[in-house]
Amino acid sequence: MSARQRRVLPGFGSALGFTLTYLSLLILLPLATIFVRSAGMGWSAFWSAVTGPRVMASYGLSFGASGIAAAINTMFGVLVAWVLVRYSFPGKRVIDAMVDLPFALPTAVAGIALTSLYSTHGWIGSRLEPLGIKVAFTRLGVTVALTFIGLPFVVRTVQPVLQDLEREVEEAAASLGASRWQTFRRVILPTFLPAAFTGFVLAFARAIGEYGSIVFISGNMPMRTEITPLLIMSKLEQFDYPGATAIAVVMLLVSFTLLLFINLLQAMSRRRFA
Amino acid sequence: MLSSLPQPRSRRLATEESGVVPVAAVFAEALKDGIGTYWAALKDPDAIAAIRLTALAAAISVPLNLLFGLAAAWSITKFTFPGKNLLITLIDLPFAVSPVVAGMTFVLLFGAQGWFGAFLADHDIKIIFAVPGIVLATVFVTFPFVARELIPLMHEQGVETEEAAIILGANGWQTFWRVTLPNIKWALLYGVILCSARAVGEFGAVSVVSGHIRGVTTTLPLHVEILYNEYHFAAAFAVASLLTLLALVTLVAKSVVEREIR
Repeated sequence: MSARQRRVLPGFGSALGFTLTYLSLLILLPLATIFVRSAGMGWSAFWSAVTGPRVMASYGLSFGASGIAAAINTMFGVLVAWVLVRYSFPGKRVIDAMVDLPFALPTAVAGIALTSLYSTHGWIGSRLEPLGIKVAFTRLGVTVALTFIGLPFVVRTVQPVLQDLEREVEEAAASLGASRWQTFRRVILPTFLPAAFTGFVLAFARAIGEYGSIVFISGNMPMRTEITPLLIMSKLEQFDYPGATAIAVVMLLVSFTLLLFINLLQAMSRRRFA
Repeated sequence: MLSSLPQPRSRRLATEESGVVPVAAVFAEALKDGIGTYWAALKDPDAIAAIRLTALAAAISVPLNLLFGLAAAWSITKFTFPGKNLLITLIDLPFAVSPVVAGMTFVLLFGAQGWFGAFLADHDIKIIFAVPGIVLATVFVTFPFVARELIPLMHEQGVETEEAAIILGANGWQTFWRVTLPNIKWALLYGVILCSARAVGEFGAVSVVSGHIRGVTTTLPLHVEILYNEYHFAAAFAVASLLTLLALVTLVAKSVVEREIR
């Protein structure tokens, strides 16, 4: 008996047909143009477009700042998730909802708000300036903005895992003579580590593509505070389409790799906790 | 023993990190030059045009992606077919792609130097630096939201109830409206909330295809950018405060729906 005959529910053909057509026309075909366009460039032109000094400097900033921001978010995100799961306190629901603010707030709004806060006249920037710390229009500013937008990813990945973690297991460990540190290291840490790592990769993936919040706070100085998406933008504005396309290919390959990696991590943790 | 962890400090960090300060800053900067300037910025014809365009882009992209989400979730969760996991991964693609790259793909397709550029010019159709481009870019970045909420839920719910309905004589539409939809309505609403928030707030992708023609191809976030770059800070923050209010409404709606789902 074939699979077709066993189907009781209707609508498979039309639903899948619509899904595939819509996906191909709106996502796959547009993304394919980037690869096809760059293929027409020839290898040496492509290579020099993606390895020029200004491009290399932008990779350094984009990947470096995204990595630092994701690491900060992993530390604080786990802490926030822990507090939200384990303790009850007044205003907890508000704070829980506010964790998603960086996700709900348009990136351009986040960008101008952070710039005004961290500029030398801003609420935070004016307090940091006497200490010799400049945030707005520096690489530090880029990192601050990327940290802001990445927070929800770690919290929302770790939170459900901590929720499923039963207190009894910790109590069992404690009653069997484990110290608090041993309980943490041997019982709690192994449970949330895969989720924390997934959150790190999600926050990192989001950060390397980010544009709206960075364009205001970075100052956009080539070689110094220019992130890769911004470099693509300025090449497009100068009608340097081959140059922009070549860099977009690099960005897309990184995105695809991270997406596959995230899927692999999630499949692994599902198998482990199934 | 674990409750002896130093919690007030972590709580304070949670509040600061999650952005209460930036929200306060938006409203403080918006009202810095008085309420008169604030209203003037919102009543400016370009601001009104930006609100209209933003609403239009959301009004087209959200229903389209809602329809797609339903079709994708129906075929993925109610049937088995080869390549299903690949399809689920492909639906996630727009999340992984930088908004700038997303917008750029449409420039390569429909721009003056694009594949269809000559054809569109001959027929006097404008997509890039025009409203259709803004809509396309918005559809691209908001693509996965509804599907992603529905797929895990409908997968968990299985096919038994729908099959029972069909066997008892209901037709396909009756089964969908009376059996499936009531089971997924909150998740669907949740997806729509996330999708709308992103559609309204998108910046990078629409920035590439917009051309920044004032009052014509500027959405609210782009209008904020133009005002800010022209040093009209109070006006920029006034328009930004609208988007911030909308973000706060989104958060409230989201947590209400979350409670219904749980």
